Amino acid sequence: MRQYIDFFNAQRPSIEKISSELMNAYRDAACKTFVENGFPAFNTEAYRHTDIPTLLSSDFGFNLVDRYPDIDPYQSFKCSIPNLSTNMYFMINDRFYRRETGHKPLPENIFSGSMQEFTLRYPEIFRKYYGKLAATEKAGLAAFNTMFVQDGYVLYIPKNVVLDKPIQVTNILRGKVDSLINRRFLIIVEAGAQAKLLLCDHTADEAPTLAVIQVSEIYVDENAVFDFYELEESSDNTLRFNSVFLRQAAATNVMINSITLSNGITRNNYHVALDGSRSETDLYGLAIVDKSQQIDNHTNIEHHAPHSKSNELFKYVLDDQAKGAFSGRIAVAQDAQKTQAYQNNRNLCCSADARMFSKPQLEIYADDVKCSHGMTTGQLDEAALFYMRSRGIAEEEARLLLKYAFTDDIIEGIRMDALRERLKILIDKRFRGELITCRKCL
Amino acid sequence: MEDNQNDLLDDLTSREYKYGFTTNVETDYVPKGLNEATIRRISEKKGEPDWMLEFRLKAFHYWEGLTMPRWAHLNIPDIDYQNIIYYAAPKTKEKSTASDEIDPELQKTFDKLGIPLQERKSLTDGIAVDAVMDSVSVKTTYRKELADRGILFCSFSEAVKAHPDLVRKYMGSVVPYHDNYFAALNSAVFSDGSFVYIPKGVRCPRELSTYFRINAVNTGQFERTLIIADDDSYVSYLEGCTAPMRDENQLHAAIVEIIALERAEVKYSTVQNWYPGDKQGRGGIYNFVTKRAHCKGEGSKVSWTQVETGSAITWKYPGCILSGDNSSGEFYSVAVTNHFQQADTGTKMIHIGKNTKSRIVSKGISAGTSQNSYRGLVKVTKNAENARNHSQCDSLLLSDTCGAHTFPYMDIHNETAVVEHEATTSKINEEQLLYCNQRGIPTEEAVGLIINGYAKEVLNKLPMEFAVEAQKLLQISLEGSVG
Repeated sequence: MRQYIDFFNAQRPSIEKISSELMNAYRDAACKTFVENGFPAFNTEAYRHTDIPTLLSSDFGFNLVDRYPDIDPYQSFKCSIPNLSTNMYFMINDRFYRRETGHKPLPENIFSGSMQEFTLRYPEIFRKYYGKLAATEKAGLAAFNTMFVQDGYVLYIPKNVVLDKPIQVTNILRGKVDSLINRRFLIIVEAGAQAKLLLCDHTADEAPTLAVIQVSEIYVDENAVFDFYELEESSDNTLRFNSVFLRQAAATNVMINSITLSNGITRNNYHVALDGSRSETDLYGLAIVDKSQQIDNHTNIEHHAPHSKSNELFKYVLDDQAKGAFSGRIAVAQDAQKTQAYQNNRNLCCSADARMFSKPQLEIYADDVKCSHGMTTGQLDEAALFYMRSRGIAEEEARLLLKYAFTDDIIEGIRMDALRERLKILIDKRFRGELITCRKCL
Repeated sequence: MEDNQNDLLDDLTSREYKYGFTTNVETDYVPKGLNEATIRRISEKKGEPDWMLEFRLKAFHYWEGLTMPRWAHLNIPDIDYQNIIYYAAPKTKEKSTASDEIDPELQKTFDKLGIPLQERKSLTDGIAVDAVMDSVSVKTTYRKELADRGILFCSFSEAVKAHPDLVRKYMGSVVPYHDNYFAALNSAVFSDGSFVYIPKGVRCPRELSTYFRINAVNTGQFERTLIIADDDSYVSYLEGCTAPMRDENQLHAAIVEIIALERAEVKYSTVQNWYPGDKQGRGGIYNFVTKRAHCKGEGSKVSWTQVETGSAITWKYPGCILSGDNSSGEFYSVAVTNHFQQADTGTKMIHIGKNTKSRIVSKGISAGTSQNSYRGLVKVTKNAENARNHSQCDSLLLSDTCGAHTFPYMDIHNETAVVEHEATTSKINEEQLLYCNQRGIPTEEAVGLIINGYAKEVLNKLPMEFAVEAQKLLQISLEGSVG
């Protein structure tokens, strides 16, 4: 940890030079928080299964120049989802790729693009939202990100604007040496607006260890509707520490869908604050891990207002020596009466060496609520396997079908038809071990 | 209707503690404070062999290096360990040779508590009781009848002298002194408790029971229970506890160890009714207990049943280590908190052997401004083929100022395991209330009925004699005059 603080103090001028003035204004406070807290310590209640300090203890390179590799992702990136018409953007490592091509410009009042540019165009809005939710994380990951981040992506949808096309941001991770990358997202959906955002994570280079510390802040105002999909397809050597902070005002509807198809070591934090009454959240997660991959999902849903509803479902399929962890907290404040909060975690262990840790947690301070959580960990149903085999389906195939069926209720929850169909194919390929990753494209 | 219901719940939840009297009996103390001298004094008073003193000192030195754990969902005020009396024994008149003579004052106390210390003539009813007042065992009944079958049932201090081999072999084998903060404290200063040994193939004919009573001011109670069930044996064991009403908090840190050998079965039931403190949250017992069973033998079975209604703060996780193949563990719990009580309780099921099974049923009821948490661990280790677990924990909320929380942990390291967990939290179902009202059952009775029905699954697991007491207790804690 010390090495990062020294590095920050020494290199601060170079970081600030290639960032924007407004983003620089937050570095002092962030550095102070990070010095006090450091990275989340291993084996504490919230981080029992991901040892961030050790994983980040080796020497990582930082990017301190304002340019990206000489490639045009719009030309070389062929992984677009068939039939899904999106407005596509790219982040290459920690920088937004500014030479957008290939899609019609969005209406004037919508902003979708580089964070640096946003700070110049809408300084007031930036100040109002940036670092407000992420600052609450005492753990230090968000503080670290705020210290080093130079650019990011901002989606700003003004009042009552309904975006008809989904937006897709593809994060491409590449590097020739071990590197640490700080990525930042800020999403503001104003009252009555509607939008869908798909975030894809790809790793282009296999060999070096590439670590990402990613922080997303999402603000959803009254009556707005927002869908947020996160799809990770990275490499065995990728470390991904991702924190999403979401705040919902009254009568909003938000869906988060987090899918881990292939990865190295991933930790996802989803913090949801239901601040307005009649707000609703659906939080879905699917992780398919094998080899020695690790996935650790942490969710924290806080109901602060009456009549709000949350529905959470996380499913894991674990094979080989993979390790999965799920910890989900639901807290209902004293005046959040009539809350409905449901949480479910279902896991499939397919090998003797796979490990699963699950820790649901309900903290309820209101009396007129309906809350429940359920968790199961088990194996494929022998009776179902037998049924299929007795009808002439080979055992391997039957197993695949059952695993595939297991993931179905997550996929069915996706509110974008083309993405849903595409994911069905990807998941099928994943189980068959023929996943074509997009890293070939670059 | 709403107001009426609230009044009713207020009324139901504001009953007084009825075991709050004190007994005037001369008491023999070891002076306040915790240091090596205190431990040597306790050991000396009990006339213990050297190995026991060594065990205590080892535990004490280990404890000195520890800090109070803070992970529980509890707000525990700082405890001044130097301001506690670690040994208090009611002074009895010189013991006559006939050991069933007992100080009339103590006799009266236990009569008042409804604990029979006289063996009744009729053989069909009656439970064998070991009565513990503060730090010493006052009396153990039905010893002769049990001894005829080879069953050893006596106070722990007696066992140290009479059966040192058994004690040395098993003491600390399930809960070692370095297990946790309170286990270390207990291992250093424990005073008395019960010792049970059921020989091979014996089915214990009576329910065995220990009754714990804290009486002296400023004392802590640190008892230790050791139950050994040899091959093919069976025993049902009950534990009850009460304390006087006092403004200060008193500490109770106990250890219970159970060893079940081949095909042995142990049922351990607790009705915990320590003084919970008054309506303003003053006083009450801090109940920090480590209970664990080791299902060591093939096909052994241990079942924990607990009704937790008392104590200002409860910190207790009776668990089972299922290391024998085909062994099984069960945990049934009703935890009621009211006023300013706090409870963080649950279980640990560690599956190590093959084909092991565990079942967890936990029912929490919170009222007033209390906080009630379930915390449990289900762990399936790498070689525990075909482990099976089902957990269910429900919480019922009776006021808008109380809290109900669940913290289940599941660590699964074997693909053949099937582990299920479900939990719900809600208030009393208004439809059920309406249904009762429509059929002419007043709200008052309906609430009682619903709570009783809610806890039934656990109460049914208690031995008959205890089920009656537990049901009464639930009524006292929550139901008031409601039948």
